[in-house]
Amino acid sequence: MGLRNFFDRIEPNFVKGGKYERYFPIYEMVESFLFTPKTVTTAAPHARSYVDMKRIMTYVVIATVPCILFGMYNVGLQTNMAIAEFGASGWRAWIIETLGIGFNANNALANVLHGALYFLPIYIVTLAAGGFWEVLFATIRRHEVNEGFLVTSMLYTLILPASTPLWQVALGISFGVVIGKEVFGGTGKNFLNPALVGRAFLYFAYPAYMSGDTIWTPVDGYSGATALAVTASEGVSQLATYGITWMDAFVGTIQGSFGETSTIACLIGLAFLLTTRIANYRMVLGCLLGMIAFSSLLNWIGSDTNPAFATPWYWHLVIGGYAFGLVFMVTEPVSGSHTNAGRWIYGALIGFMVVMIRVINPAFPEGMMLAILFGNVFAPLIDYFVVQANIRRRARRNA
Amino acid sequence: MEALLSLAVKAIFVENMALAFFLGMCTFLAVSKKISTAIGLGISVTLVQAITVPANNLILTYLLAPGALAWAGFPDVDLTFLGLISYIGVIAAIVQILEMVLDKYFPPLYNALGIFLPLITVNCAILGGSLFMVERDYSFSEASVYGVSSGLGWALAITAMAGVREKLKYSDIPDGLQGLGITFISAGLMAMAFMSFSGVKL
Repeated sequence: MGLRNFFDRIEPNFVKGGKYERYFPIYEMVESFLFTPKTVTTAAPHARSYVDMKRIMTYVVIATVPCILFGMYNVGLQTNMAIAEFGASGWRAWIIETLGIGFNANNALANVLHGALYFLPIYIVTLAAGGFWEVLFATIRRHEVNEGFLVTSMLYTLILPASTPLWQVALGISFGVVIGKEVFGGTGKNFLNPALVGRAFLYFAYPAYMSGDTIWTPVDGYSGATALAVTASEGVSQLATYGITWMDAFVGTIQGSFGETSTIACLIGLAFLLTTRIANYRMVLGCLLGMIAFSSLLNWIGSDTNPAFATPWYWHLVIGGYAFGLVFMVTEPVSGSHTNAGRWIYGALIGFMVVMIRVINPAFPEGMMLAILFGNVFAPLIDYFVVQANIRRRARRNA
Repeated sequence: MEALLSLAVKAIFVENMALAFFLGMCTFLAVSKKISTAIGLGISVTLVQAITVPANNLILTYLLAPGALAWAGFPDVDLTFLGLISYIGVIAAIVQILEMVLDKYFPPLYNALGIFLPLITVNCAILGGSLFMVERDYSFSEASVYGVSSGLGWALAITAMAGVREKLKYSDIPDGLQGLGITFISAGLMAMAFMSFSGVKL
């Protein structure tokens, strides 16, 4: 218990009246990161639960682990395959050659290590830049820095393409944390998902770096279309000519951002979140139903000019960011609807919007990011109408 | 029929008056504190828009457009330079009538809207609707559909905005940003979400 004693010894400096009173949020952050928070609610009402914010946020981070591991593997795999054709360059290649690992795409460990060399710089920059703002706001506004930021930074990293320049990474997370969250007062007070706000900011500010065929695999000269781009321009039946089978997309060995390619890894995370009841199944089912219903409707209508109409629901599920968004962003409790009936509607709205954007809107091949932001905007309104309906129903019942 | 339907969808979502063109911002920001008031204002704007756009369309076709006065024996007269002032006049008159109707039959809504009801007269979304109608050469049926649906789009935006602002009551906003500041930021973020429709071709 040496560490605990250390904290107990330095704590008087940070509490009110101490020498470093201003820096209490930083002390509190480190302490509550390592230990269970000591503070308890003093005034009634009391609800006893072990699921506090720290645990919720930590569980979400744990749930992303399969996506992280597979994301690193897949980025390494795609890069190593491209390197076999175009050759390697840059400091990452130097590190790998120095370590003597090699660029063999059949070697899983080499792939993971190579992917980690892309994943870690982005993640570290995200933590540093986002953490800077978080601590700055917490110190000046005297609120706590909590684990919510770990979730935001992890999700943000996982939805970026591997080739994103690091200064853009820093810019995006700064926008996401400051405008998406801190100006509203920090974790739990925002109305949009901060990770998505940062990503959408980058998407609209630097479209050349955030969309197209050359960004997903960070090797000069290599160009590989995402499965979504193919379905949008040529139709789902053409995916086979690019060597993409449904199983590839389900397992995740396709082009895409770090965490989003593998549906199976996302589903493992979903299983964890649903078992621990961090994620609400209503949002997930609502989003699935909305997506299945609208894509089936579009299949049935059909179109001669737009090949994306023919994309069946089981393809929508595995390509692009649908699975990742479904598991980690639709289920986010803060920006989603808070009523049970509202959760179904909220999920269905996102499911409908994602298919709408993917199929009908020619401007964006991917729709999950914007669909979730759109759902976030309407979530409070959905809640309002659900609550009003409840009030009317009760008034009638007791009339 | 299909063309009118796609015009309606376009006016509500793709070319949303508030969140794509940023028209009618003054009322959008000022009267979006409560959902019920926002719905009331949204309905009044839709109503005014639904009447003024086709009315102005008739005025344009039968009085102002080049050669429109042929029925009165002036085939060479072009009165389009009177367009702006006539549209504003029509809008002001219709808002005046609406105000009296609301005062008589829906006093709570009348009181809730307060000063913002007369201000619909100078709501740029309303005049913008009429001017878009002129610029895009809408026929009468197109103008009617456009009037209703652009009003609906604006109503949808302000209602969503009010929902967000009611949620933000529980937020802890820095002092300097409270009130309009955070509302501007929220409106910008909402516009980003509405980008999901930009580029849809119907």
